[in-house]
Amino acid sequence: MTDASASMVRVLIQTGDFDLSAEISALRAQDARVGAVCSFVGTVRDRTAGTPGSISSMELEHYPGMTEKSIEAMIDEAQQRFDIFGARVIHRIGVLQPLDQIVMVAVTSAHRGESFQACEFLMDYLKTQAPFWKKEQMPDGARWVDARVADDAALAKWGIQASNG
Amino acid sequence: MNVTVKYFASIRETVGIASERRTTTAASLTALRDELIALGGAYAESLARGRAVRIALNQVMCDESAALVDGAEVAFFPPVTGG
Repeated sequence: MTDASASMVRVLIQTGDFDLSAEISALRAQDARVGAVCSFVGTVRDRTAGTPGSISSMELEHYPGMTEKSIEAMIDEAQQRFDIFGARVIHRIGVLQPLDQIVMVAVTSAHRGESFQACEFLMDYLKTQAPFWKKEQMPDGARWVDARVADDAALAKWGIQASNG
Repeated sequence: MNVTVKYFASIRETVGIASERRTTTAASLTALRDELIALGGAYAESLARGRAVRIALNQVMCDESAALVDGAEVAFFPPVTGG
């Protein structure tokens, strides 16, 4: 493949922030086949169970090496399932504050349907299969976030059985 | 055989180390986990049967029945919570 979107780095794990607009521009990269771009950004909330201000910060740990490999494999799977041109995933690690951006998925395709689906598929997959762990700083100390059964259910709708939660 | 064992998140905190080299006769991931549990203390606490523990073999999420090979990198961690 000679397309710029296909040759660019697809997965980035970084402590720094990202600029969605710049990432989308790079992903589209003069590719006139693209007619649809779909993106998702996950951000840090300041609350759990509806208590505002209960989370003062969050720390993200990951498994260097496996993280990149597993997300690369997810993008390969998305390319197999959906007619998309390019995809990029950025996930931040380290200490983050409420309102900070955590994760970004962006996908390009000819028409919107494939991009919408691939973007959701990648997020559902990442939630239960990529080796990241969140630790929330609460008023009474830090606690590791529990996995959610709902995230397994989200992946199950794509026909993939997860047993993470 | 020799394997590298890694621990992440709450399991890393409990065991107290992030990575170690171990010599083992375990033929499978199940047997390796049992061997670690038999060490007692923090190992037994964090890897106990009934606890939610995920295992990766050579950086791929794996079923516990998978065979262990010399030089393998095995990682024990709790359910993932990224995104």
